Amino acid sequence: MSNLSREDVAHVAMLARIHLEDAELDRLAGQLDQIVDWVGQVAEVASADVPPMSHPMPLTNVTRPDEVRPSLGVEQAVANAPQAEDDRFAVPRILDEE
Amino acid sequence: MSTQTAAGAEKTVPFEEAMSRYEPVIGLEVHVELGTRTKMFCGCATGFGADPNTQTCPVCLGLPGALPVVNATAVESAIRIGLALNCEIADWCRFARKNYFYPDMPKNFQTSQYDEPIAFEGYLDVEVPPREGLDEEPFVFRVEIERAHMEEDTGKSTHVGGATGRIHGASHSLVDYNRAGIPLIEIVTKPLTGAGERAPEVAKAYVGALRDLLRALDVSDVKMEQGSLRCDANVSLMPTGSERFGTRTETKNVNSLRSVERAVRYEMTRHAAVLDAGATILQETRHWHEDTGITTSGRPKSDADDYRYFPEPDLVPVAPSREDVERLRATLPENPAQRRRRLQEEWGYTDLEMRDVVNAGAAEVIEETVAAGASAAAARKWWMGELARRAKTAGEGGASVELLDLGVSPAHVAELDGLVTSGRLNDSMARQTLEGVLAGEGTPTEVADARGLELVQDDGALQAAVDEVIAANPDVVEKIRGGKVQAVGALIGQVMKTMRGQADAGKARQLILDTLGVEG
Repeated sequence: MSNLSREDVAHVAMLARIHLEDAELDRLAGQLDQIVDWVGQVAEVASADVPPMSHPMPLTNVTRPDEVRPSLGVEQAVANAPQAEDDRFAVPRILDEE
Repeated sequence: MSTQTAAGAEKTVPFEEAMSRYEPVIGLEVHVELGTRTKMFCGCATGFGADPNTQTCPVCLGLPGALPVVNATAVESAIRIGLALNCEIADWCRFARKNYFYPDMPKNFQTSQYDEPIAFEGYLDVEVPPREGLDEEPFVFRVEIERAHMEEDTGKSTHVGGATGRIHGASHSLVDYNRAGIPLIEIVTKPLTGAGERAPEVAKAYVGALRDLLRALDVSDVKMEQGSLRCDANVSLMPTGSERFGTRTETKNVNSLRSVERAVRYEMTRHAAVLDAGATILQETRHWHEDTGITTSGRPKSDADDYRYFPEPDLVPVAPSREDVERLRATLPENPAQRRRRLQEEWGYTDLEMRDVVNAGAAEVIEETVAAGASAAAARKWWMGELARRAKTAGEGGASVELLDLGVSPAHVAELDGLVTSGRLNDSMARQTLEGVLAGEGTPTEVADARGLELVQDDGALQAAVDEVIAANPDVVEKIRGGKVQAVGALIGQVMKTMRGQADAGKARQLILDTLGVEG
C-alpha cells in the first residue's frame, strides 16, 4: 500500500516551502499515502469512457474584450503588503548566502 | 588544448576544434510579450515605463477571491502567431497552473499552458546569411516548431543593498507588478540537429526571422532591449556520428540577436571542454553576461514534476472554432522573407543594397515612398543616404532615431523626387530643400518656393552663359574638339557658377557639346 516515502514528503514540503520535523515526516507520510489511495478509488469507478474533468460546467471561450479597466492605484495595491518601499513590495533577500 | 578567457570564465575549447569532435543540438525558447492594450487575465493597462504598481489589480496581484478572464485579443494573437509558424491550432485546450515560489510571481503560480498548447507542430524556414568574407550562397534551415502556448509575464524585481543592483549580496528586493500578467506567447523549437558549425548563426537567424514575422503580424513591438522579445538558448553536444543527445544547458538573459549567436557559440566551446575532460555536463540554467561574453551557473533545472502542473480551475477551456481559425488565417501578412524577395525584384536592388536597406529598417519607408510616386532608386538614395546619416545622431544627446521620426515623410521624399525629375530642382537644390523640410519649414514645394529654389528654365540665359564660357576658355575648347570630351566638366562648372547654381548641369553639358558640335 505504502507508496509515498519520507523522502517524497520531504521533497513536496520543500516545494511548498513548509518546514517539517522528522516526527511530522513519519506521520504525514502515512496520512498522505492514505489520501492518495482514497483519491485513487475514483479511478476504479471511472471507466475509460469517462473523460477527466477539470471544470464542472460545460463552458468554453469565456473571454473579455481588450479594453482597459481602472487599476487599483498604487496606495491600495501596496496597502496590505507586510512591507513596502518606494511604491513597491519589499520582499526578503531572495538568494540564501552561501 | 584548452584556453582560459575572461576572468571567472570556465575552460573552453577553440570553436573549430570543438566542431571537429562534436555535433551540436540546439533548442530555442522565445518569449514574446503581446502588444495588447490590457493584461492576459485582467483589464489592467500594459504600457511600458509606468510608475511602479500603478497597473495592478486584485487579479494580477493574486489577491484572494479574484477571478481571471481571458483577453480575447491575446487568444487571437496566439492563433495568428501559430498559423504564421505553420502550426496546427488546437480545437480545445486549457490553461494550467505552474507552481513555484518566487517573489516576482504574486500568485505563487504562473498561469500557463502545459500539455495542451494552443498551437503545435509547425516550422519556420530561416535564411542564414553568408559568412563574412566567404563567397557563398545564403542557406535555408527549417526550424521545426514544437509548440506555441499562452502564458503571463512576471513582475520586475529591483535588488537593494548589494553591489550595483545584483541579486547576490542584496539585503532585500523591491517588486513592481506592472508587468505581472502581461500576455506572453512562448514559442519552443524542437531540438535542432544538423546545423553543425553553423548552429550559432542558425540560432541568430531564427530569432531574427521570428522577430520580423512577429513585427509583420503586428502582435508585439518585439524590442529585445526592452524585454518584449526574450530568448533562452538550449545547447548540448554529442560526439560526431552519435545520435544520442548530450545533456543540455539552458542559457537565459540573451537580449540581442548578436548575443544569441555568441551565447550558443560560447556554450558549445564550454561543453566541449567539459566533455573532453571526461566530466559530465550539469543540467542547469546558465546566465549570459553580455559584457564578458561568458555564461555562469544558475540554478539547477527543476523537473516538470516539481512544478506540479494542474488544469487551471478558474478558467474554462479555449476552443477556437475552425471558422475563427480560417478568419484569422485570412489576416496573415505576407511572409517577411518572401516579401523581401518580392520587393528586391520590384525595386531592382542588388543583394547588398537590399540587405543594407533591411538592416537599416528602411524597407517600409522606401515602399511607402515608391507608392507615393518616387522611383525606387531615388527613394533608396534619399533614405539610405542623407536621411540615414541624419537619423544616426538626431536623437537626444546624439542618439539615433527611427527614420520616420526625423520629421520627413515618405510623401515628402516622393514630392522632392518629383521636383527633381520635373526639372525644377537640381541635386544641390534638392538637398537644400530637404534641409528646409527637416527644419520644419513645410513641404518640399513650400520650402523651394520660400527659398526661391528653381532652376533657370530660360534657355536663352543658359545659352548666353555657355557662349561666354566657351569664348573665355579657348584652350579647354581645343582639348574637347581634340577628343577629350571629359574636359567639358571644367566648362560645366563655370557655366553653373555664372548661373549661380540655378541651372541643370546635365542640360548645360548638352548645350556646350551642341554648341561646339561635338558628340557627347
